[in-house]
Amino acid sequence: MPDTVTATDALIKVDNLSKYYPLASGLFSRVRHYIHAVEGVSFAADAGEVIGLAGESGCGKTTTGKLLLRLIAPTNGYIYFNGIDVARIPSGGKLKAYRRQVQMIFQDPYESMNPRKTLYDIIAEPLAVHKIGNIVGREQVVADSLARVGLVPPETFMFRYPHELSGGQRQRVAIARAIGIKPRFIVADEPTSMLDVSIRTGVMKLLLELRQEYNLAMLYITHDLAVARYMCERLAIMYLGRMVELGPTEEVLQNPLHPYTKALISAVPVPDPTFKREAIPIKGSISRPVDPPSYCRFYPRCPVATDYCRENKHPPLEDKGDGHYVACYNV
Amino acid sequence: MVDTASQQVDRAAMRRERWRLFTRTLRDNWRLFVGSKIGPIGLGIVIFFVLFSASYPIFMAVTHNPRIYDPVTGFDYDLMPTSNPHPPTWSHPLGTDVYGRDILSQLMYSSGHDLLLGLIAAGAGVLLATLVGSIAAFYGGIVDMFFMRVADIMMLFPFLATLVALSALMNVSLLMLAIFLAILTGFGTTSIILRSQALQVKVKPFVEAARVSGGSNFHIIWSHIVPNVLPLSFLYMMFSVTGAIFTEAALAFLGFLNVRMSLGIIIQNANTSGYLIGTRLATYWYMWLPAGAVISLICAGFYFVGRGLDEVVNPRLRER
Amino acid sequence: MALLEVSDLTMHYRTRSGWVQAVERVNLSLDRGAAIGLVGESGCGKTSLAMSLLKLLPSNAQIKEGQILFDGNDLVPLTEDQMRRYRWERISMVFQAAMNSLNPVYTVRDQIVEAIQYHMPMRYEEAWSRVAKLFEFVGLDPGVMNQYPHEYSGGMKQRAVIAMALACDPDIIIADEPTTALDVIVQDRILKRMDEIRSELNMAMIYISHDIAVIAEVSDRIGVMYAGKMMEMADVVTIFQKPLHPYTFALMSAFPSVRGEKHELVELPGEPPDLISPPKGCRFHPRCPQATAVCSEKAPEFTEVEPGHFCACWNPRSK
Ligand SMILES: Nc1ncnc2c1ncn2[C@@H]1O[C@H](COP(=O)(O)OP(=O)(O)OP(=O)(O)O)[C@@H](O)[C@H]1O
Ligand SMILES: Nc1ncnc2c1ncn2[C@@H]1O[C@H](COP(=O)(O)OP(=O)(O)OP(=O)(O)O)[C@@H](O)[C@H]1O
Ligand code: SF4
Ligand SMILES: [Mg+2]
Ligand SMILES: [Mg+2]
Repeated sequence: MPDTVTATDALIKVDNLSKYYPLASGLFSRVRHYIHAVEGVSFAADAGEVIGLAGESGCGKTTTGKLLLRLIAPTNGYIYFNGIDVARIPSGGKLKAYRRQVQMIFQDPYESMNPRKTLYDIIAEPLAVHKIGNIVGREQVVADSLARVGLVPPETFMFRYPHELSGGQRQRVAIARAIGIKPRFIVADEPTSMLDVSIRTGVMKLLLELRQEYNLAMLYITHDLAVARYMCERLAIMYLGRMVELGPTEEVLQNPLHPYTKALISAVPVPDPTFKREAIPIKGSISRPVDPPSYCRFYPRCPVATDYCRENKHPPLEDKGDGHYVACYNV
Repeated sequence: MVDTASQQVDRAAMRRERWRLFTRTLRDNWRLFVGSKIGPIGLGIVIFFVLFSASYPIFMAVTHNPRIYDPVTGFDYDLMPTSNPHPPTWSHPLGTDVYGRDILSQLMYSSGHDLLLGLIAAGAGVLLATLVGSIAAFYGGIVDMFFMRVADIMMLFPFLATLVALSALMNVSLLMLAIFLAILTGFGTTSIILRSQALQVKVKPFVEAARVSGGSNFHIIWSHIVPNVLPLSFLYMMFSVTGAIFTEAALAFLGFLNVRMSLGIIIQNANTSGYLIGTRLATYWYMWLPAGAVISLICAGFYFVGRGLDEVVNPRLRER
Repeated sequence: MALLEVSDLTMHYRTRSGWVQAVERVNLSLDRGAAIGLVGESGCGKTSLAMSLLKLLPSNAQIKEGQILFDGNDLVPLTEDQMRRYRWERISMVFQAAMNSLNPVYTVRDQIVEAIQYHMPMRYEEAWSRVAKLFEFVGLDPGVMNQYPHEYSGGMKQRAVIAMALACDPDIIIADEPTTALDVIVQDRILKRMDEIRSELNMAMIYISHDIAVIAEVSDRIGVMYAGKMMEMADVVTIFQKPLHPYTFALMSAFPSVRGEKHELVELPGEPPDLISPPKGCRFHPRCPQATAVCSEKAPEFTEVEPGHFCACWNPRSK
């Protein structure tokens, strides 16, 4: 792993992270098959930086996000938070201490809140779990958080139930819950993909403002490259569990180097009828990374593949200049 | 964007708002319950029997002479020293049984005990089932396997045979029966049903959100899984009450219960003294019909309440 | 005379809390071989409008007024039996999330054969070979046709559903969010194929989507809906370059693009209204930056401002 991908003083630094899921096998079969949901992923994020994670469905975005929060245990690799490896800390006090500093925002604003709790309970939960402040103090924090995300006056929202809010309002509540304990790192898993255009912009802007205000590092997971363009400083593209490209967002989008990224970006429809985009077709379709071969994951579909790609291991993520990393032998 | 400088929250206004929204939720649910039509009927029946049995001590103390009206030892020497059972009269509106005891006061006494039996058995059983189901679903793996095997055993349990054996060994009281039934529902069928509900709750993102927030297993079970299983539990509790009361009646009728007086015993007395045979069934209707009707009505009442709650708990039927 | 001419179509749903005014006085016309795109946010009545065109409505729905002239015949007064001759054979539909409603216990082939036989008396083998042709036509290997839906990927299922809609050679296909759940690469292929099919068969299309980028690529004309009403309709280029309605403009300004200049995204305050009691006057006025007094009083008419450019607004942006 080239150490340059991961700045040493970064807030969160991921090194060679992998997660394999055992595939449910037949009752009498002795062979164990594994889905290599995430493999060999490395990157780092500074405080205040938003890193985008994009790719098609099933490429391992959510798995990466959950690994970072230790919602699932990694099969391999390291996660350094503030220099401390949190990949293998046992559940208990230390893990709880880590979780005081991280938060997650979920995709589905309807399912990510307990329908039997009031907004007050929902937003105060992290505070209560970590025993921060007394009840009066928590009420104040909840009121402030609600006001901060634009649900005013907070008193009229505090004791409502989630089903009494619209999708956009709920996602704001989810954000209020996430910022209440003043975390330093947030994983946002497609937080706007279920919101309508006119409401989405407000939520995106709010996230960016909060990032500034709290100097938050954020992993912004999305399948929408256009949204990623507005949200992230740097953008990583994943394909079947592997990170294939990472670089400054504008650079990756306007000047993609990896053949997969090129195909992906060329397929995004453009909201401009005069723009004639030139589609770069790739053959075949995406599969699941079950016991994948060791050579490049993209090889079977790659338009520029050579024999070399097949005979060697998956290409490493290499700097092609200005922090634009690509994992491909033929760039 | 909103001014972020934190303003002092108006706690009094907040309290009022909380109360307003809380009562509104209650009102909404009540409206759904009433909308089911069958629910309020059930509730009416249940309330009637609660009042009916609650007025028993008053009835005994104020109006009448316990020596005459005691459900077990009472006897009315003045009116009918010889001809018992006796059909209804003014002083015995539902007649007397074969020993000359007042049937109405037997009913009042028994329905209270049966209600208590039903509520204790169902309440404790469903509470147990909620915990068992939630814990089994949450931990999965070996814990789940253990509880599910226990549930299998409970379902295949030779319940009647055990009670027969038990009643031969000792006096099976109503409370013992209640505990027995509670364990049976708590570890048996109901726990399987509530477990599958808990399994659905367990995979919801809000459980994951609680985990990210640092919540412990106990916290997640207690404040996320149980509250989402509880409404269904409550529903099953209503249906379990019915089961418990029926069981009592059946067991008492078969003579397996050692209880001085209960709804089942009233009918059993009529049976053992030979009044439930042939044409006597019609002549001596007051010996079995009122008790049978009370059993059926109480059970129907709880069942209807359950159906009404179904409307509140399962939003499937709800329109906007 | 256009192939499909809808005028003043109004459809409401009866619910416990009142009538949901899901489609309110909508006008549109569609020529043979043309493609119209309908955009709008969730709940604005796109699906309701499509279902009204086929009169495939739930029991609590009622068409209150309006005409649906198909080939000169009004569909509104037709009975269920008479409608059957139009559905599928003349106008067919790819339903929203149809790919998830394929029956898991039958092979895809059998499901399409059944649909064909329902509308056209045909022997099984005949229908079968027709399915094979349709599969090739939508870009699926006919070899997979007797597999079960769960063996298909999302894109394959969507193609199968499109094949089903094509089964009876309709004149119009309504595609309700045909690619919403799919990844961009798959979406791109399917949209391309649908576009080709349209020109090969000279078929008219109505695309429904919340994604204006998708609509921009496949349609000739675009209709913008908001809260049950058609707000603006014009050809694609005009809608994008000279939008008259403030809502259209807001939608465009809020929509990000991967290409071109990175313009600032503009937030539209507020939320879409409840359709049981929509705002009086123009339904957009509470959120409209250009609203004046008249907007909250009287609903603006959907009028032809320029040739082929319709708009319902008291204060259109600029002529
Ligand atoms: N708990 C699990 N057990 C087994 N396999 C899993 C599990 N979770 C995810 N996977 C598999 O791991 C791979 C990556 O899944 P993941 O959810 O991370 O994808 P994603 O990029 O978030 O996709 P999407 O865009 O659809 O959310 C998929 O092939 C998925 O089937
Ligand atoms: N069967 C129904 N009964 C009552 N109201 C309904 C019914 N179907 C839809 N509605 C309401 O009608 C309105 C329009 O719904 P419709 O499904 O047409 O919207 P849409 O534009 O297709 O949205 P989406 O993008 O989410 O598919 C919504 O407010 C919806 O709640
Ligand atoms: S390494 Fe080879 S196969 Fe992989 S993407 Fe690059 S060119 Fe294609
Ligand atoms: Mg995901
Ligand atoms: Mg729809």
